[in-house]
Amino acid sequence: MINIKKQEEVFFKVLMIMSLIIIMSILFLIIGTIIYKGLPALNWDMLSKLPGGGFYLGKEGGVLNAIVGSIYLIIGSLAISLCLSVPLVLYINFYLPKKSIFASIIRFSFDILFGVPSIVYGAFGFALMIFLGIRASLLGGIIAVALLIMPIMMRSFDEVVRILPRDLPDALLSLGATKFEMIKVILRQVMPGLVTAILLAVGRGIGDAATVLFTAGYTDNIPTALSQPAATLPLSIFFQLGSPVEEVQNRAYASALILTVLILFLSLSARYFSSRYSKNKI
Amino acid sequence: MNNLNVVSVRKNLQDDYNGTLLRKIAVSNAISIKDLNVYIEDNHILKDINLTIPEKSITCIIGPSGCGKSTLLKTLNRMHDETPEVKIFGQVFVDDENIYDQNVNVIDIRKKMGLLAQRPCPLPMSIFDNVAYGPRIHGLKKRKAINQTVIQYLQYVGLWDEVRGRVRTSASRLSIGQQQRLCLARGLAIEPEYILGDEATSSLDPISTRKIEEMFLKLKEKYTVILVTHTLRQAKRIADYIIFMYMGKVIESGSTEEFFNNPVKQLTKDYLSGSFS
Repeated sequence: MINIKKQEEVFFKVLMIMSLIIIMSILFLIIGTIIYKGLPALNWDMLSKLPGGGFYLGKEGGVLNAIVGSIYLIIGSLAISLCLSVPLVLYINFYLPKKSIFASIIRFSFDILFGVPSIVYGAFGFALMIFLGIRASLLGGIIAVALLIMPIMMRSFDEVVRILPRDLPDALLSLGATKFEMIKVILRQVMPGLVTAILLAVGRGIGDAATVLFTAGYTDNIPTALSQPAATLPLSIFFQLGSPVEEVQNRAYASALILTVLILFLSLSARYFSSRYSKNKI
Repeated sequence: MNNLNVVSVRKNLQDDYNGTLLRKIAVSNAISIKDLNVYIEDNHILKDINLTIPEKSITCIIGPSGCGKSTLLKTLNRMHDETPEVKIFGQVFVDDENIYDQNVNVIDIRKKMGLLAQRPCPLPMSIFDNVAYGPRIHGLKKRKAINQTVIQYLQYVGLWDEVRGRVRTSASRLSIGQQQRLCLARGLAIEPEYILGDEATSSLDPISTRKIEEMFLKLKEKYTVILVTHTLRQAKRIADYIIFMYMGKVIESGSTEEFFNNPVKQLTKDYLSGSFS
């Protein structure tokens, strides 16, 4: 009997370690390939210059247009989806009854939206743009990406707010706080969860090519207005990979490296600010 | 003022519709509950509660688990407002005002009732801000006044000397017993008139429990204290009045001495002898 329990214990421990090894090695393989192929092609020109004529055929230039475009795009779409999903989550958790059917329907629909492929958001965004009479532009891209990342942000933030112990809202209300005053304090408590939600959303949004393909367009310049088209790193990688020239293909890896470092930088800074803001978390 | 002189314990034996005997305690300027019925969804949780709670004393609500003690306590600061499936019928008079009246501001009611919960729940802020939170949301702005209030109530609960050097650090680093006293200070800082305790010592160690009990004894000089407890010994130690509930009804209520020495109802006798709990 004891022997069986011991074997069971060993078996599942080995299983967990195995999956850890597999996942970590895949991850390192991907990052390793990007660094191995991209690092030699990475130079200051890549970061600081716009693609010149014939960039995709191996001539000089950089991907500054795509870096800036991606940053603009993610800031815009993050702002839109934050402004919409945070109030929604707070409403369904603190204003609707605990067993509200309406809240369940909202959660269920967001779960479905979560699984919708990004090309569908792109197509929907495109249809919406035609309806509104907007051409492929930064604004169109921002709207489409905002739609894409909203379900991720909403559902992951919602999960954090849902598991919040009932004690805290009760303590605040019994002190005579209004619901809004209560929410302001609760936001401090769930801040790390909100940051995680933002990071997941940014990760998905900044790396997605299909949504921006029709909506943001592509350009070799940096957009100066919302109505202008914008380049993005994923699309830039896509076009460079499609080039027959090997040098350009290597530049695609360099661009991927830039994208990865960008996400890493965003992650670390978000974690830093979140830990500073919620140092009194209970 | 001596409590016992003010409170004239009138044993008003009265039949309710089930034939249950209720001992009513009549005093001025306290809480009186009239024909209170509470339903959660379709369950009848509190049945025809008629009670008077004397001022500036400790009243303990006792009874087995699930008898409706906490539900009764929550009706006093209208915390049921937050759960729409709870339906409340009847009247609860606090200082001669029915708190379930249409035009009563729920914030004012809650400000009047300091609640001490079962588990301490400090706010995600520093020790200082925890105590300052209540006064701040109720309009205290001057830094000096806030400082004074915080120090005053931290001293009152005996926490000041323990936290003096670290009032700006997180409240979550305090021990559970200290957290509970902090929560008490936080509740007192909004200057309530009533203190409600919902099994406020059940998660504490014996030493912290004793400290909180001593606090309650000190508090009854200024406040009306209403405690839910499931330890009979605690009720015996600190209560002036006892309300015994069973299955959503008040079975017996009266002064502690009388309740423990001469219980009237058979159910009370059984409960006190430990036949059920």
